[in-house]
Amino acid sequence: MPFRVEKPGMLTLVQDLGRWGHQFRGLTVSGPMDQFSLRIGNVMLGNEENDAALEITLPGLEIVFQSECCVALTGANFRIEIDGVSAPAWTVCRVRNGSRLVIKGFSGTPDGCRAYLCMSGGIDVPVVMGSRSTFTRGRLGGYKGRALAAGDVVGLCEPKPLWRLAEGFFCPPEFRPGRFDGGPLAATDGPQADAFTEKGIKTFYNEVYTVTNEIDRMGYRLDGPVIEHRTGADIVSDGIVHGSVQIPGDGKPIVLMADRQTTGGYTKIAVVSTWSAARLAQKMPGDAVRFCRVTEKEATKYLVDFESDLRAVDELRATYRSRRHTL
Amino acid sequence: MYDEPRFLGSGDSCMVVEFSDAIEMAANVRLQSLRRKLAAQDIKGIRESVPTYRSLSIHHDPIILPREKLERIVQSALCGLGDEDDRERRILVMPVAYGGENGPDMANVCSHTGLDEEEVIKRHTSRDCYCYMLGFTPGFSYLGGLDESLATPRLKNPRTLIPAGSVGIAGKQTGAYSIDSPGGWQLIGRTPLKLFDPDDPKNPTLIDAGDWIRFSSISDDEYKRIKREADACGYAPERRVETNAVQG
Repeated sequence: MPFRVEKPGMLTLVQDLGRWGHQFRGLTVSGPMDQFSLRIGNVMLGNEENDAALEITLPGLEIVFQSECCVALTGANFRIEIDGVSAPAWTVCRVRNGSRLVIKGFSGTPDGCRAYLCMSGGIDVPVVMGSRSTFTRGRLGGYKGRALAAGDVVGLCEPKPLWRLAEGFFCPPEFRPGRFDGGPLAATDGPQADAFTEKGIKTFYNEVYTVTNEIDRMGYRLDGPVIEHRTGADIVSDGIVHGSVQIPGDGKPIVLMADRQTTGGYTKIAVVSTWSAARLAQKMPGDAVRFCRVTEKEATKYLVDFESDLRAVDELRATYRSRRHTL
Repeated sequence: MYDEPRFLGSGDSCMVVEFSDAIEMAANVRLQSLRRKLAAQDIKGIRESVPTYRSLSIHHDPIILPREKLERIVQSALCGLGDEDDRERRILVMPVAYGGENGPDMANVCSHTGLDEEEVIKRHTSRDCYCYMLGFTPGFSYLGGLDESLATPRLKNPRTLIPAGSVGIAGKQTGAYSIDSPGGWQLIGRTPLKLFDPDDPKNPTLIDAGDWIRFSSISDDEYKRIKREADACGYAPERRVETNAVQG
């Protein structure tokens, strides 16, 4: 039950929740930049949370379906058209054999740069080392280890029974991950927080930083006031996580993201919380960001809250489906 | 090495257990034992643990396994940690075709060190190197223990493409490129072993942190033979376990 890519847009990648368990081999996790949007999209369709979907960076994608299925677009507020007619985001839409789906631009003021197009059953590409995620630098996973290109024909896995009954289901705005945007990014002290002067730490948590043009799935380079080291910027390499904030010799932060290197030799002043790292992933060059210092417990609360939101969306979907079923 | 390892926060889903702030064999051996011990216990909520030169990053799901609970588990694992792993060496013998087109920078290394090619090969194969960690690219090992008389600075102009299997020297480090990648190491030879194979579900990487590498010199013909075998049906390299007393 495949679809064909007419125009790939700037960067369209197959991603599931990532290739865990191989960082000790030097292989990074990859996975979505905004895992929360991907997971909600899958739950809306009745998929498994880990099913693979398309991570679409900026509008421009155009695909033609060669069989019917249901789709849901989550994440940034891209405008979606199916067969020339506007279709709502955060809503399960039905497409038919021959349907053309186009990501046309934004609906209103852009609120992010990455959206997830989830499809019933999830995208079927070979599982490589436990995951369908694309890691382009390693040329592995996803569709032939690369971003989608015009002419690619991509398959879907067998959807769950009753998948059609999700059609029309709508995720209420209060469950969408973008609802807190505009606030500061929560960060905990990093493993080398003691390598910075008190002034350096204050600068990091109090000043405004700007997202530069140097952003990709590996990391976000920020510009702003220089952060002062106590001694130097170099350490004997140690581990890096999604959200690690490295401060190299120039004193400007680099936040490491989904395709980060597994280890690195720069001091890490802080680690952006899992929740806030996904919010940062929606920022675009020129956007301003601030950081606020939280404890690990406070950072974890966002994750706990998301889990209960996700369950709530799943229950709503189940109720929606059973009502449609009885009609 | 610290008297007591430090527990450092690394976000809401990772804790770093730091044994030292320097490259130290004793610290690395200890963190490898901790890593193996935790892996053997198969603790619910630990996603994976990643060794580096001097620390172990433990990735966990904070909803299933909160930080305080993880700290207690690690603390008790540290208590019973012996140094028995210290006495055994897991050795991987890595065949290398030195010089010629396989080692285009052999002349650089010879002129920098003042040794002839035969002597460079002899010294490169005479000492086992310890793998502290893997990183940079999948399967790339950070090795320690190179004969210091072979130390040669990196190329001034890094190459944009180095073929997988190339063996090089960079300062006091030596190692093999696991996949085709850019790099600035002085290339002295090439191994036919496949260091990274994502399609091998059991062992996508040949070398594990904590292993020892014993380089062994082979002819170009032998290189071709092993390479053919490795590409066609996989090639199992020689592995041995020795006690540490053999090499001081």
